[in-house]
Amino acid sequence: MSFPVRARDFLAGGDGAARIRQVLQQVGFPPAIIRRVAIAAYEAEMNIVIHSEGGELKAQITPGVITITARDTGPGIPDIDLAMQEGYSTAPREIQEMGFGAGMGLPNIRRCADELEIKSAPGQGTTVNIIIYNR
Amino acid sequence: MGYFHSVHLEEDKCKGCTNCIKHCPTEAIRVREGKARIIQERCIDCGECIRICPNHAKIAVGDDLTALAAYSYRIALPAPAIISQFAGQADLEHILGALVAVGFDAVYEVALAAEIVARAIRRYLDDYRGKRPLISPACPAVVGLIQVRFPSLVEQILPLATPVDVAARLAREEAMEATGLPSQAIGTFFISPCPAKITAARQPQGGLPGPDRVIPLAAIYGDIRQRLATAVPYPSRAGAAGYGWGHSGGENASIGGRRLLEVDGIHHVIEVFTRIEAGDFEDIEYIEAQACPGGCVGGALMVHNPYLARLELRQLARGLPPRPANLPEAGASLVAAPVQPRPSLQLDTDLATAIEKMQRLEATQAMLPGLDCGSCGSPSCRALAEDIVREEAQDTDCVFVLRDRVRVLAEEVVELARKLPPSMAQPERRNRDETPGNS
Repeated sequence: MSFPVRARDFLAGGDGAARIRQVLQQVGFPPAIIRRVAIAAYEAEMNIVIHSEGGELKAQITPGVITITARDTGPGIPDIDLAMQEGYSTAPREIQEMGFGAGMGLPNIRRCADELEIKSAPGQGTTVNIIIYNR
Repeated sequence: MGYFHSVHLEEDKCKGCTNCIKHCPTEAIRVREGKARIIQERCIDCGECIRICPNHAKIAVGDDLTALAAYSYRIALPAPAIISQFAGQADLEHILGALVAVGFDAVYEVALAAEIVARAIRRYLDDYRGKRPLISPACPAVVGLIQVRFPSLVEQILPLATPVDVAARLAREEAMEATGLPSQAIGTFFISPCPAKITAARQPQGGLPGPDRVIPLAAIYGDIRQRLATAVPYPSRAGAAGYGWGHSGGENASIGGRRLLEVDGIHHVIEVFTRIEAGDFEDIEYIEAQACPGGCVGGALMVHNPYLARLELRQLARGLPPRPANLPEAGASLVAAPVQPRPSLQLDTDLATAIEKMQRLEATQAMLPGLDCGSCGSPSCRALAEDIVREEAQDTDCVFVLRDRVRVLAEEVVELARKLPPSMAQPERRNRDETPGNS
């Protein structure tokens, strides 16, 4: 499953994660797993909306592993370690005023994920790979 | 599966239109062979289909006044919202008196039990440290919605009995003490604003006792109305806070303080629950969620306009004491059985099979036009794709897919028609620019 994500589209932002959640429910994954996937996918999707020039959210589902991939084009992350710190945010002020960009996105994803891989370089966009095991 | 539902279809009235399937919050209805069919495991008796059906083919099956004959002592349990249907025509004590006039021996106001429950909720919230927000158990359609569509929220339903059940239990205890009659001689009759409460009483969670019978308000509205003018007043014991439960926000008002959220209308409830499942709303302590617009005053079995009914109920409550002077202790009457999930939307019990079906579902949905027209008898293209994967429908049920198939077939027929037997075949015409070859 793949969903396009548009930059700055706060109304549609989150739709992809919601669809992934719906599918996982209908397939019958345990609620705790669904919750973790949904939160991680939502944060990853919103990161694209807030920070990038657009991208896509992908989900790959097998009985044992759920993989969420969020890929975007845009400024990229210059210092990933810094971005992983709670409360650190590069979101512009007008977005923080909307209640987004509080610097909790990546830390939240890390809490939910079993494995997390972030590939990014300045100007090269960002790819976030989230793996959650069903066990 | 022998699951009882109060919502039924009157077949001869059903025209097979698709209004109901589009409004059902659990996608529990399909139109098959020209009639609306309810998928029993999914129905939550919310009454949306009753409300929307232009032909009044959807009905709620409950009891009527003839059921009174089965008991020697009959107690009416009017829902707080019921009073709104007569407010403006008589005062509270005359409305309660009219209930006695239609054949009941006593009246136990559910509004009184509501205040007992509100006090218990206050105490519960004071000590609660678990996952937030807690969700009110009072609306059975909302509880059903959680069981079917939000099974992970089951544990957040507040584990206390509903005002209806508490009223039924307390009324029985009081009547046994006052009359000396055995329990089976006493009948408790809930006067219901909605079909979900009929179902809930027939099929109580965990088999704990509730009212014996449920009479839809619409079934006795006329009988009560006739007797309003001549009724002997019957003393009310409840206060304004209890009657507030009849409309949206009233339950929270009776609990008081804290961060309490109220939401009404089943589609709005779905929006809020979706957010809770996603981990939001954790700063909210308690959610009063009601399936009907405006709360119980908007019940599908009510007669009056819900907004007018709310106004009337509020005005009537203005003349009542805010809370009753001495509220009975309820003790064991407040016990509720844990709510179990009813996951009927899953594609398969086996994960791998379910994932495979989901892939077929997604592929099938991609072939459908996405108009959600409902002509196939399923509520949306996605639902049709699901029905196809469940082998309960075919892709040609979609008129657009069918048209496309017919077009392809027609082209093949034309193609075939061109093919004459060799004995009759004419030499094929060549392009005029070309020089004719030998044939």
